[in-house]
Amino acid sequence: MSAAQWRKAMNFSATSRHWAGGRVVPPPAGRAATPASTPPAINGQRLWRHIGARHVVVLAAVLLYPWIVPPFFTFQIGGQALALGLIALSLTFLAGYGGMLSLAQMTVAGIAGYVVAILGESGTPQISLGWPWWLVVLFAIAAGTASATFIGWLSVRTEGIYTIMITLAIGVAFFYLAQQNYEIFNGFQGFQKVVPPVVLGVDWRSPVPYYYLVLFWALCGYFFVKYLIRAPFGVALQGVRDNARRMSALGFSPVAHRVAAYAVAGVIASIGGVLLVWYNGLISPGSVGTGWLINILIIAVLGGLRHPVGPFIGAVVFVLLQNFAIDLVDRERFNLVIGLIFLVIVLFSPDGLLGWWAWLRERAGRRLARSAVGGKDWRSVGVQQARPAGRS
Amino acid sequence: MMRRWSWAWLIAVPLLALAAWGIADNARLFFATLLNGLTLAALYFLVASGFTLVFGLLRNVNLAHGSIYLIGAYVGWVVGDYTSSWFLAVAAGFLFAALLGLVLQIGVFRFMPGQDLRQTMATIALSIVAADVALWIWGGEIYQFDPPGWIIGAMPLPIVGKFPTYRLVLLATAIVIGFGLWWFLVRTRVGMMIRAGVDDRAMLSASGVDVQKLFAITFAIGAGLAGFAGVVGGTALSIAPGEDTRYLLASLVVVIVGGMGSVTGAALGAVLVGVAEQFGMAYAPTYGIMFTFVIMALVLAFRPQGILGRRT
Amino acid sequence: MTRRTTWFGALAGAAVAAVLPASLQAQDTIKIGLLATLEGPFAAGGQDGMRGAELALKQRGGMVAGKKIEIIKGSSDAKPDVAVNATRKLVEQDKVQIMVGPLSGSEGIAVKDYSKSQPGVTFINGGSGAQATTLVDPSPNFFRFNTEGAQWMVGLGTYAYATKGYKKMAVIAEDYAFPYSQVQGFMAEYCKAGGKVTHKAWVPLGGKDYSSVIAKLPQDVDALLVVLGGADAVNFLTQYEQAGGDKPMVGGSITVDQTVLNFKGKRRDSLVGTPSAGPMADGIDTPEWKKFVADYKTNFKDGFPSPSLFATVYYLNMKAALDALEAVNGDLSGNQAKYREALAKLVLKSPVGDIKVDDNRQAIGSTYITEVTKGADGVFFNKVVKIIPNVDQRLGMSKADFDKMGLGSRDVPSCP
Repeated sequence: MSAAQWRKAMNFSATSRHWAGGRVVPPPAGRAATPASTPPAINGQRLWRHIGARHVVVLAAVLLYPWIVPPFFTFQIGGQALALGLIALSLTFLAGYGGMLSLAQMTVAGIAGYVVAILGESGTPQISLGWPWWLVVLFAIAAGTASATFIGWLSVRTEGIYTIMITLAIGVAFFYLAQQNYEIFNGFQGFQKVVPPVVLGVDWRSPVPYYYLVLFWALCGYFFVKYLIRAPFGVALQGVRDNARRMSALGFSPVAHRVAAYAVAGVIASIGGVLLVWYNGLISPGSVGTGWLINILIIAVLGGLRHPVGPFIGAVVFVLLQNFAIDLVDRERFNLVIGLIFLVIVLFSPDGLLGWWAWLRERAGRRLARSAVGGKDWRSVGVQQARPAGRS
Repeated sequence: MMRRWSWAWLIAVPLLALAAWGIADNARLFFATLLNGLTLAALYFLVASGFTLVFGLLRNVNLAHGSIYLIGAYVGWVVGDYTSSWFLAVAAGFLFAALLGLVLQIGVFRFMPGQDLRQTMATIALSIVAADVALWIWGGEIYQFDPPGWIIGAMPLPIVGKFPTYRLVLLATAIVIGFGLWWFLVRTRVGMMIRAGVDDRAMLSASGVDVQKLFAITFAIGAGLAGFAGVVGGTALSIAPGEDTRYLLASLVVVIVGGMGSVTGAALGAVLVGVAEQFGMAYAPTYGIMFTFVIMALVLAFRPQGILGRRT
Repeated sequence: MTRRTTWFGALAGAAVAAVLPASLQAQDTIKIGLLATLEGPFAAGGQDGMRGAELALKQRGGMVAGKKIEIIKGSSDAKPDVAVNATRKLVEQDKVQIMVGPLSGSEGIAVKDYSKSQPGVTFINGGSGAQATTLVDPSPNFFRFNTEGAQWMVGLGTYAYATKGYKKMAVIAEDYAFPYSQVQGFMAEYCKAGGKVTHKAWVPLGGKDYSSVIAKLPQDVDALLVVLGGADAVNFLTQYEQAGGDKPMVGGSITVDQTVLNFKGKRRDSLVGTPSAGPMADGIDTPEWKKFVADYKTNFKDGFPSPSLFATVYYLNMKAALDALEAVNGDLSGNQAKYREALAKLVLKSPVGDIKVDDNRQAIGSTYITEVTKGADGVFFNKVVKIIPNVDQRLGMSKADFDKMGLGSRDVPSCP
C-alpha cells in the first residue's frame, strides 16, 4: 500500500503541520512486516540529514552540564528531572501516539521501585532479600512491564476516555495495597536506604555518575520512542488511535496494539522507576500516591505530548518550580502555581511548551516546512474514542 | 442468558454462605454493618450521581467533582455559621456548587466542544488549583456542621440496637433524591432531552435543541448535587483538606462499577461499594480498604462497561 | 530553544547561588533551614510548627551572639521523598548551616538517613516522633530535642489503671508507625500494671467512616484508648457520639489536642474529663509556660487560642538550636564540632521543663498527664493532673528489657 493510499484510508489531511517539520512518515508495511523492510540506506541517510546544529548544541549542553553547575543542580535538578522525564516519556508515548491517557505510569514505576527495594538491599533487612543488583534490576523491569501489561489489558477493554478513570483507580488501589501491607511492602514506612550499587568502582549515587547514568537511559528512551513511532508498530498504533475501526477492518488488532503499547511504555516507566528509587534512596506509599500519579501527567502535558522531547522539558520546568517556587511566591503556594501553569497550558496551549515554541517560531517568520506527517492532533483523540463505536 | 445466571450463582452462593456465618456469629454486628454500608452508599450515590449525569451527556470526566464537593461543603459551612441554620447551609452548598458548575461549563468547557481529553485535563488542573485555594481560604482546620438536635442523636432499632439517626436521614435523603432524579429524567421535558442526548448527541443537536443550554443545566445539576452531598456528608463526618480526592475516588469507583452515565448504575455501584467498604472495615480491617478496588477490577475484567453500562 | 533556555535559566540561578554565599555569608549571618509540612492534610500542624520555630527566634530578637539569624523555609507534604528533596535544597542550594525539621515520622527517618551524607551540617528534628529515628541506626549529626510518640504516653497507662480504675480496655488507632509507638508507650505500662487490652482496631489512614469499627467495639470494656489525629479524631468522636457510644475515653497525644478541641463547629461536651498524655499541655501552671503562651498569642493573631503540640515541639527544637549557638558564641567552625558538643551537653530550659539528650541524641524530658477541661470562657483545654519527669526513650526500662519487647507494631505489645 502506498503512502497516499494509506493516508486516504486513514482520512488524514495531507497538510497537517508538525512542529519539527520536514519528516516523512515511512509508509506502513503490512502486518507481517518488520522494521527492516524499510530500506536501511534511506534510514541512515535521513538520520544524518536531521542532525542539525541544535541537536549538537543540546547534546553538548547536557553532557557538559554537570561540569558547569554545582552538585545540587546536577543531582536534584538534572538527575531528578531526567528520571521523572523518563517516566513521563512513557505517558507521552501512550497518550501522544496511542491515545491512551494512563494515570498509572507512576504506579508501574513504583512497582519497579518496590521490587528493587524488596529483592535488593534496604534499611529493612527483615524483608529485603539482598540479591545482586543486576538480577534485582532485571526482575524490577520485568515486574513493572508485567504489571503495565496487566493494567493495559484491564483498561483497553473499555474505550478512550474511560482509561483515565480506570488507571487512576488502579493506581490508588496499589497505593492502598502498599500502605496496608507490612509483610511485603512494609506498610506506611516503605523502604529507606535503597541506593544504587557501587559498580566498576564508581558510586552511582554521587551526583555526576548518577547524572550520566540517568542521562544515558533518558537518551536511550528518547531515541527508542523516536524510532518506534516511525516503525510499522508505531505507525499502526497511531492508526489505531485515530480510527480503530478502520484499522481493524485493515486486519490490525486494536486491542493487541494497545496492550503492546502499554507493555512498551511499561519498560520505559520501569527503567525510570528504578532510577527514581535510586535517586530518592527510598520508596514509600507516598511515592505512588495520587499526587505523583497526577504529577506525571502534569509533566507530560507541560512539555507537550507531540514529541518525545516534551516530557523532559516538562520535567525540567516541574522540578525547577518544585524547588524554587517557595522562594518566589508565598511559602506554601507551590500547588497553586503548578496548578495554574498546568491550567494555562491546557486552556491556551494544548501542545504544551513545545506548542508555544512552534508558535513563536512561526511568529518569528521562520517558515516551517510543510509536511505530510501523520501525527494527528491529540486534542481530537478523545472524541473519536469516546464515541460509541458500534453505532454509526 | 444461562451463562449469566451461572456467573451470578458463582458469586452469590459464597456470599450468602458468608452472610449466614456473619449472622450466626454476631447478628448485631452483621446488621449494623449492613446498615452502615447502605448509609455510606447513600452518601456515595449523592456524590456519584452528579458525576455520572455529567459524564453521560457531556462526555466530560469531571475530575474536579471532588473539589466541587469540598468547596460546596465549605461555603455551606460559612452560610450555616452565619445564619445558624443547617438547612440554609444545605441550600447554600447546593446553589453555590451549581453556580460553580454553570460557570465552569459556560466559561471553560463550552470552548472545548468535543475535546474530551482536554476537558478532563482542565478539570484536573482546576482541582489542583481549587484544593490549594480552599486550603488558603479555610486553612487546614477541621470543620463540622451544627445540624438541628433532632437528627444527630441515636435511635433504637431492632437487633442493631442504637443507630445514628442522622445516617438514616442520609439514607432517606438519598432515596428521595434518587427518585427525584428519576422523575426529572423521565417525566420532564429537560430530562427527556438529557436522556436523548445521552443516547445520541448528534441527533439531539440536529433536532434543534439548544444543546449549550442543556449542557449548562446538566452541569449545574451535577455540580449542585456534589455541593449538596458536601454539606450532607460533611455533617455525617467532617470537612478537611483531602476530602476532595476521597470523594472523587469514591465517585470514580462507583460509576466504573455501576456503568458510566447511568444514574441507576450509580445507585447500584454505590450500594456495592459502600457495603463492601463497611464489611471490609468490620471483618477485615487491614485490607478492607482494598475491597472496593477488587470489586472494580472484577467488574472491569468480566463486564468492562460496568454492571448497568451499555456496551460501547 | 526551549530546552536550552531553561538550562540557561538554571545555570544563571546556579551562578547567582554560587556567588552570593561568598559575599553574603559573612561572619555576621547564620542560616537556619526550617522544614515543615505546609501542604495537604497536615498543613494546619505544619503552619503552627512554623509559628513555634519563628517564636523561638523572635524571643531573641532575630540575633544570637551578635549574629543575625536568617531562616529559610522549606515545605513538604508529609512524604519522605519530598521532605528529603526540600532538605537537600535547603542544605546544598541555600547553604543553611543548621537544619530544623521535618514534621512527621517517616520524613524524620528519611532526613536522618540523608543527614549522614552531610557531615558539615547539624540537623535538629522539627516535630517528627518516630521511635526508629534515633533508636535504629542513629546519625551522629541528627539531634532530637523533643520526646517521641512512645515517651509521650508514659504514665498514662498507670493513670488509667490505678487512678481511673479501667481494668479492661479496647484500642482504636490509625494503622501506621506513630500510633504504634503511642499504643506501645501506653500498653507497656498498662499491661505491667495488670490491665487487659482485649481488642485492637487498627484503622487505615484515610478511611474516615468508622461506623462499622464502632459497631465492632466490644461492650465489656471499661474504656477506649483512642489514638487518632486531626480529622480522623473528629470523625471518630462525632460518629461514636452519634452511635450512642458511652464508654469513657483515653486519648493519644494528638487525639484531644488544640487542633481537635478547636475544630470549627459545635464543641463536644462529652470530651470533658478525657485523660491523655503528651510532651506539653495547655494548662501547665509555670511562669515559663505562661510566658510562652503569651508570646505566642501576641505574635500570631491568626494562630490557635494556645500553641499546639507542633508549635511547642518546633519551638523546643529551634530554641535548642539557638541556645547551643549562644553557648559556643556562634562558632560553627571545625565541621561544627564545638556546636554539636554544646548541643549534646545542653540542658534546655524550656516552657515544658528541662530537656537534655541521651547518647543517641534523643530527648529525655517530661511527660504531662492531662484531662480535658472546659474553661470559664467556654474554651476547652487540657488541665495537667500529673507530671512524669525524665522520661527516656526506653520508657524507663533497661536496654535488654526494651530490646526484648522491640519497637511498637500492630501486635507489640500485647496483653489480651
